[in-house]
Amino acid sequence: MATLEIDRVKKSYGQMDVLKEVNISVGDGDFLVLLGPSGCGKSTLLNMIAGLEDITSGEIRIAGEAVNDRSPKDRDIAMVFQSYALYPTMTVRQNIEFGMKIRGVPAEERARHTKIAADMLQMAHLLDRRPSQLSGGQRQRVAMGRAIVREPKLFLFDEPLSNLDAKLRVDMRTEIKRLHQRLGTTIVYVTHDQIEAMTLATRIAVMKDGIVQHFGPPQEVYDRPANTYVARFVGSPAMNIIPATLHVGADGRAEAAVSLPSGEARIAGIPLSAATLKGYHGQKVLLGIRPEHFSLSTTGLDTHIDVVEPTGPDTLAVFSMGGTEVIARLEPFAAAAGDRLRLAVKEEKVVLFDAATEARLD
Amino acid sequence: MATERQSRALGRLFIYGSLGALAIFYLMPLWVMIVTSLKSLDEIYAGSFIGLPKVVTFEAWAKAWGTACIGTRCEGLRPYFINSISMVIPAVILSSGIGAINGYVLTKWRFKGSNVVFGMLLFGCFLPFQAVLLPMAQVLGWLGLSGSVAGLIMVHTVYGIAFTTLFFRNYFITIPDELTKAAQIDGAGFFRIFFSIMLPAALPIIVVSCIWQFTQIWNDFLFGVSFTAGEGTPITVALNNIVNVTMGRKQYNVDMASAMIAAIPTLVVYVVAGRYFVRGLTAGAVKG
Ligand SMILES: Nc1ncnc2c1ncn2[C@@H]1O[C@H](COP(=O)(O)OP(=O)(O)O)[C@@H](O)[C@H]1O
Ligand SMILES: [Mg+2]
Repeated sequence: MATLEIDRVKKSYGQMDVLKEVNISVGDGDFLVLLGPSGCGKSTLLNMIAGLEDITSGEIRIAGEAVNDRSPKDRDIAMVFQSYALYPTMTVRQNIEFGMKIRGVPAEERARHTKIAADMLQMAHLLDRRPSQLSGGQRQRVAMGRAIVREPKLFLFDEPLSNLDAKLRVDMRTEIKRLHQRLGTTIVYVTHDQIEAMTLATRIAVMKDGIVQHFGPPQEVYDRPANTYVARFVGSPAMNIIPATLHVGADGRAEAAVSLPSGEARIAGIPLSAATLKGYHGQKVLLGIRPEHFSLSTTGLDTHIDVVEPTGPDTLAVFSMGGTEVIARLEPFAAAAGDRLRLAVKEEKVVLFDAATEARLD
Repeated sequence: MATERQSRALGRLFIYGSLGALAIFYLMPLWVMIVTSLKSLDEIYAGSFIGLPKVVTFEAWAKAWGTACIGTRCEGLRPYFINSISMVIPAVILSSGIGAINGYVLTKWRFKGSNVVFGMLLFGCFLPFQAVLLPMAQVLGWLGLSGSVAGLIMVHTVYGIAFTTLFFRNYFITIPDELTKAAQIDGAGFFRIFFSIMLPAALPIIVVSCIWQFTQIWNDFLFGVSFTAGEGTPITVALNNIVNVTMGRKQYNVDMASAMIAAIPTLVVYVVAGRYFVRGLTAGAVKG
């Protein structure tokens, strides 16, 4: 168990800057998820924490101690890989015991650790098989078992579920969460799947092009995304980003004017500090509205529904607003294509972004 | 329907017919060698080459192995067979071992310029034997290895590295890098990873490399004849010397037996490990 600090860390391969000054700090027992699209540098950062890649500049501290110059085996970490990375010619038992053997753990103790891990992951019956005789989910279990017996300060996971089919992925996700609850070890987990990030994390770092876009608790990332990139990346369907003009309303609070096919509409009572509002009076901004923050109301915006997509628990209604396509999440059968619906917006949930920088306004 | 079945049967017949004919054609020389080696010299000069021997005798084999004269020495092929064995075994092990380490480094421990190194090694595969003869003779002289089996071992090892490296590199590149990373985190070092993880997973390509090298080195004539003489020559050179002796009647039966003795080891290796050879050539690495 340990804290982890990533302090002004950069990484370049020759001329190419893959990570541009990353700052992340998590506490003991935190579950940090590095979330971002493929190629944004997540694995590179994880490998740097593990000691598999050099740190170009900056410092990484585990439990308060700088580990820049320590080899992977001296960092007290364990890692689970996307391809499982099980040693193909060894049995499951040998896979799990390999690291302990190298560290000179006596045979009885190895057996004891292996048994504990095998029981925890329900794979005692698999111990004498080879990786090629296991299913994807079972291999993933073995890879986790191999990590657990290390009793590390820090678990590192690199997209551990992306090779599994959808159903198994959900099961294993729960399994990983259970593991975290049970062991309480700090975890760094890399994924491009925002649902995995939301369900597992206590802290999310959303990354893009080697820069951390937003670092915070999942609910904060969801409710108050740092910029439109994060807003669009987290949540499904994504947050609607709608061009609008900002005004000081009659009550002195922020009020946005948006165009609808039926004319201009106003959304009043948007939370924004007075100082920012003063600066943006009459300016173009972007409204961020989550699909679930629309609801039927007789006094709402006058919308024309183009398309309706029932998902089972709710219906997604697509309409045009501010010149872009907007999605509202409504009750089943609440809308049909061609309807004119009045939709109210939960104004206290609306987020504002600068039209040029696309950064959140507070 | 009937005609379709008929034409299919006809096609079959044609395929098997031509395969059979070609096989017979291909095996003809072997047949001639076997029957000739089992005949007495008188019978050979009296009759045909192709027919079965009237009296089967292993005299020619015994002579080829133990008493035939090569130069002034009348001990048969035996000492040269031993020369070849003591050359081929270390050379195969050394060249395959170095190739394996090279392939491992070139895929799992890449360094600046490792691709250039690999490119240059590849170039070595296309170097003709003739091109290295003179420089190699020079080097052997400097090292004091001229004319010795040790010198031949070195020549074959150096020449073989290009091929074995290519084999192992192309095999190891299909083994996920994450495997090495996992092992590093488990605390394994360079050689531990090589011996505990990479080599066991590389069994098919080890077989390929060994068979390839064994065949190349055992059958080599040019290096043998260039760098050794007299008692130090490998069996291929000795065979040539037996066959080219021109005193008295030409001893076809001994020549044939000698040629077969020289060919047997490569045949045995292929028969024993041939399955793995084909499998290894077509196999990718085992997925973890
Ligand atoms: N060894 C390397 N040499 C050069 N560029 C690399 C190397 N490893 C990764 N990269 C580059 O770094 C970027 C980030 O890669 P990676 O961390 O694997 O992304 P992610 O895991 O987020 O998909 C990619 O653009 C990739 O091409
Ligand atoms: Mg990755």
